[in-house]
Amino acid sequence: MLSRRIIPCLDVRDGKVVKGVRFRDHVVMGEIVDLAMRYRDEGADELVFYDITASPQERSVDRAWVERVARVIDIPFCVAGGIRNVEQARSVLHAGADKISVNSPALERPGLIDELAAAFGVQCVVVGIDSLRDDDGIWRVRQYTGDPSRTQALARSTLDWMCEVQQRGAGEIVLNCMGSDGVRQGYDLEQLEVARAVCQVPLIASGGAGLPEHFRDAFADADVDGALAASVFHSGAIAIPALKSYLRKQGIEVRL
Amino acid sequence: MAVVLVDAGGTNIGSVRYALQRLGVDAELTADAALIRAADKVILPGVGAAGPGMARLHELGLVELMRSLTQPVLGVCLGMQLLCRRSEEAEVDCLGLIPAHVQRFVEAPGMRVPHMGWNQLRVRKPHPLLSGLSEKDWAYFVHSYAVPVGDYTLVTADYGGEFSAVIAHDNFYGMQFHPERSAEVGAKLLKNFLVL
Repeated sequence: MLSRRIIPCLDVRDGKVVKGVRFRDHVVMGEIVDLAMRYRDEGADELVFYDITASPQERSVDRAWVERVARVIDIPFCVAGGIRNVEQARSVLHAGADKISVNSPALERPGLIDELAAAFGVQCVVVGIDSLRDDDGIWRVRQYTGDPSRTQALARSTLDWMCEVQQRGAGEIVLNCMGSDGVRQGYDLEQLEVARAVCQVPLIASGGAGLPEHFRDAFADADVDGALAASVFHSGAIAIPALKSYLRKQGIEVRL
Repeated sequence: MAVVLVDAGGTNIGSVRYALQRLGVDAELTADAALIRAADKVILPGVGAAGPGMARLHELGLVELMRSLTQPVLGVCLGMQLLCRRSEEAEVDCLGLIPAHVQRFVEAPGMRVPHMGWNQLRVRKPHPLLSGLSEKDWAYFVHSYAVPVGDYTLVTADYGGEFSAVIAHDNFYGMQFHPERSAEVGAKLLKNFLVL
């Protein structure tokens, strides 16, 4: 049976892992390779690295650290940040990443998803979606969220975009619920459940984990395939082995 | 011991190479027929699609060479599927070294495609390749197409029904999951392959 995945997310800025609250005020959490190995040893199922400044600064991921991680790590990892074309994606994948995740560049040019899927297969192509509920109650997509001064609200509804990216060849979707991100009050179950209903590919919940119960709720109620979190893992508030044994006791299939 | 990685354009070449380095083996990445023929072990990695994968092997003139190899050959993920007869993906003829037809997973409620993540292994036939593998060990899978269970199946996994996770036929071996990304379990299996 397929297990549910626990995925620490490492936001990378200038070669260091950082964490902000509601996408702002970033503080340095540590070295990339050290944190990657720590999570691997603790039983993380996968790692995601977001080069959070690459897209706003219109540059691609620095492949040197991708290669450093790939040399030492023996669990899968995904890299995101300013990948704008097939050649940049190829460079990151050849450096040893298992998947690449696109967000802002796919919003700029949705055909990028088709091109990546054709070149590498859908299993390599993750689409990250930053989503926030507007005053009219509709969840809509946000762009360039790595840089608050450039973040844009788009007219596209999150659910429409989810459908479109799947048709174009997304093999997995990470739904980052910005309203709950960084505040540790739990994943946005309402949004995730609605998203699950239109998502036929693996769906990863992101934003809001604070307690082990939040992970259980995301798996049990919203039926997500993986749950991503950053600060609760970086700070040590939740230890992955304890989280996994808790989830197993709750009847959730996890890799122990 | 000479181990080569066939450079068929697969994108997980880097990670397979690093996994071998962690086991103390420096594998050369090559499309050179003479080097491949002379190697003690040959690994065909590959993430991507069957159509472009086979097209690349034809382009490099490696199809007949791959078919003529007598040393242990390991296909990983797409590399394993390329060892089979045919793939439903783009309806492409593959190398025909393992008598299997690769089929697409069918989406169903609660069954997402691609099959992505850690799944448990079930040993169906003992084999030196599986030395030290215990029931319920986990491996990391990422794929939309799979090899059905057959005489060639050594290990299965379950995703809407059992499919082949490890296959073997003569000197040709395949792993559907990514041993290079399956932590200790994957390292063990790669090590076993190196001493076959």
